[in-house]
Amino acid sequence: MKIIVCIKQVPDTETQIKIASDGKSIETGDIKWIMNPYDEFGVEEALRLKEKFGGEVTVIGLGPKRVTDALRTALAMGADKAVLITDDALEDTDSLGVAKALAAAIKELEYDLIFTGQRGVDDDLGIVGTAIAEFLDIPNISLVTKLTVSDDQASVQAERPVEGQTLVLEAQLPALITTQKGLNEPRYASLPGIMKAKKKPLEEKSLADLGLDPANFGAEARKTQIIELLPPPEREAGKIVEGETPQEKAANLAKLLHEEAKVI
Amino acid sequence: MSQGVWTIAEQRDGAFRKITYEIVSEGRRLADALGQELTVVVLGSNIKEKAAELGHYGADKIMVAEDPRLDPCTTDAYTAVISGLVKEGDPSILLLGASVDGKDIAARLSACLDAGMAQDCTEFSIEDGKLVVIRPIYAGKAYAKLTFANSSPQIATARPNVMSINEPDTSRSAEIIDASFTLDDSMIKTKVVEVIKDESGKIDLTEADKIVSGGRGMKGPDEFGILEELASLLGGTVGASRAAVDAGWRPQTDQVGQTGKVVSPTLYIACGISGAIQHLAGMSTSKVIVAINKDPEAPIFQKADYGVVGDLFDVVPALTEEVKKIL
Ligand SMILES: Cc1cc2nc3c(=O)[nH]c(=O)nc-3n(C[C@H](O)[C@H](O)[C@H](O)COP(=O)(O)OP(=O)(O)OC[C@H]3O[C@@H](n4cnc5c(N)ncnc54)[C@H](O)[C@@H]3O)c2cc1C
Ligand SMILES: Nc1ncnc2c1ncn2[C@@H]1O[C@H](COP(=O)(O)O)[C@@H](O)[C@H]1O
Repeated sequence: MKIIVCIKQVPDTETQIKIASDGKSIETGDIKWIMNPYDEFGVEEALRLKEKFGGEVTVIGLGPKRVTDALRTALAMGADKAVLITDDALEDTDSLGVAKALAAAIKELEYDLIFTGQRGVDDDLGIVGTAIAEFLDIPNISLVTKLTVSDDQASVQAERPVEGQTLVLEAQLPALITTQKGLNEPRYASLPGIMKAKKKPLEEKSLADLGLDPANFGAEARKTQIIELLPPPEREAGKIVEGETPQEKAANLAKLLHEEAKVI
Repeated sequence: MSQGVWTIAEQRDGAFRKITYEIVSEGRRLADALGQELTVVVLGSNIKEKAAELGHYGADKIMVAEDPRLDPCTTDAYTAVISGLVKEGDPSILLLGASVDGKDIAARLSACLDAGMAQDCTEFSIEDGKLVVIRPIYAGKAYAKLTFANSSPQIATARPNVMSINEPDTSRSAEIIDASFTLDDSMIKTKVVEVIKDESGKIDLTEADKIVSGGRGMKGPDEFGILEELASLLGGTVGASRAAVDAGWRPQTDQVGQTGKVVSPTLYIACGISGAIQHLAGMSTSKVIVAINKDPEAPIFQKADYGVVGDLFDVVPALTEEVKKIL
């Protein structure tokens, strides 16, 4: 099977987010960058399928040169090769533009299955995966917690929990799957894995290499525009509920919730 | 020029989901701000009769697309039908719920219509005739205020449990229109093999008005019984931290946080949860937050409106008794 995993590099989830002086972006100086946690599930699932059916796993990232680190992590986990789409004209491109460029890169490759995360933990959007499927005119099944590829490798069955029920969906390959927690337990990169990753192929591509016009990317081409970034709404300082015993505290809490907050 | 606000209704087994009333109500407010009409698009099978009630919540028109292949909802079938209707009707704003299905359909529509999309918004307004949205980013550590450019329609999804629902006005009614659409089998590339219902009757976390969540401090799976009791008394449901899910005490569907669900209940009670940043990511837009934790230094107390320092195994049962007295 030929499997592709799209990898986004995002700030570590512990990162303190500071709004930059332009009011529209965040300060990136102190950020530790990691592979989007949802993409780890994609890499893991791809590797398991390769172990079962044979084939090749290619990881693709789009962004500045630092994204190479996230791609190397995936190679160290066991992916075979990597593609980095990098171009100055891509700065500030919105999700639709990112999806268009990724789809163009994927079109040049052979693929049976594509994995993306359900959403990036940076802008919390969840557009790129599904949009890639639309641009490639293939089915997508999103937020998958269980995946089975048929023995003839022609179709997939996937479980997709939607509020209060789970749909079992089937699609012919090629198809795109977006991952969520529960799908698998991602492996760590082993030390030999990390050594090997250094020698695995990592190809860089510009927009021109993909036959794309830079005018269709970047800040000017955005379809949503940031007016400003705001700090989270202030919550009023909370109260510590008084009381000598747990019973007293519980009684006071119930009273506050009933009379002050009026939620019970 | 594009005109009007459209919202996409979400229904299950012949009943509208709560998010539908939320986005119809919010759609009404946006339509009023623009001085334009609100059209609600309802897809499904045997749903037309039920659809009329959305007029009470503010719809001017209700466009009904009925076909057995639209029930249950799949991204393919919904996208095929809605994109056709949108190309024909040319609305200015297309509003969906940020539910599992709504988000996926919105993403696919955005690509298919080449239109801008803002996911999981917590606030909407109209400025200079354009849609302006606010949405949490970086797990709620910042909020982005966005507008649209070169985008028709302007597509957005609304976070469940955030938009207030209009008081139904039974004197209002909407014009019901049969949507004219084509749905070829070739457009439906994913087939529904099976629908596994959750028979427990548990309210989904994203829809629950009250949530009692447990973390590592719960010590084990059986101890969650005390949370179940309190939650059911409050008419709510039980959630969990990742630590509790990874320990196997609770199913994955109960996890709240960055790699779980994002919830916005009226009341969120965190029991034996320290308040890691990735947990806060999932519940910081709750209206009232209560923390019960024996460690006075636990970070959760910085987010809580009401904090109780104490052993949850004493406090929670006592709270349940006190709530019984009030209700
Ligand atoms: C990429 C990534 C994604 C993540 N996603 C999520 C996510 O989606 N959701 C999530 O929750 N976490 C997530 N985490 C994990 C998160 O960092 C924390 O590890 C986790 O939230 C801790 O869970 P906890 O608060 O239950 O456990 P702990 O941090 O161990 O806290 C237990 C708390 O219980 C208290 N306690 C113990 N006994 C009692 C008692 N008898 N009475 C009262 N209080 C008691 C303790 O004082 C302590 O504060 C993620 C982490 C990473 C790196
Ligand atoms: N710049 C990118 N490079 C590679 N993959 C991406 C990029 N942006 C998004 N993706 C993929 O799309 C998923 C969802 O991201 P998003 O739509 O940005 O929330 C991510 O988990 C990745 O798999």
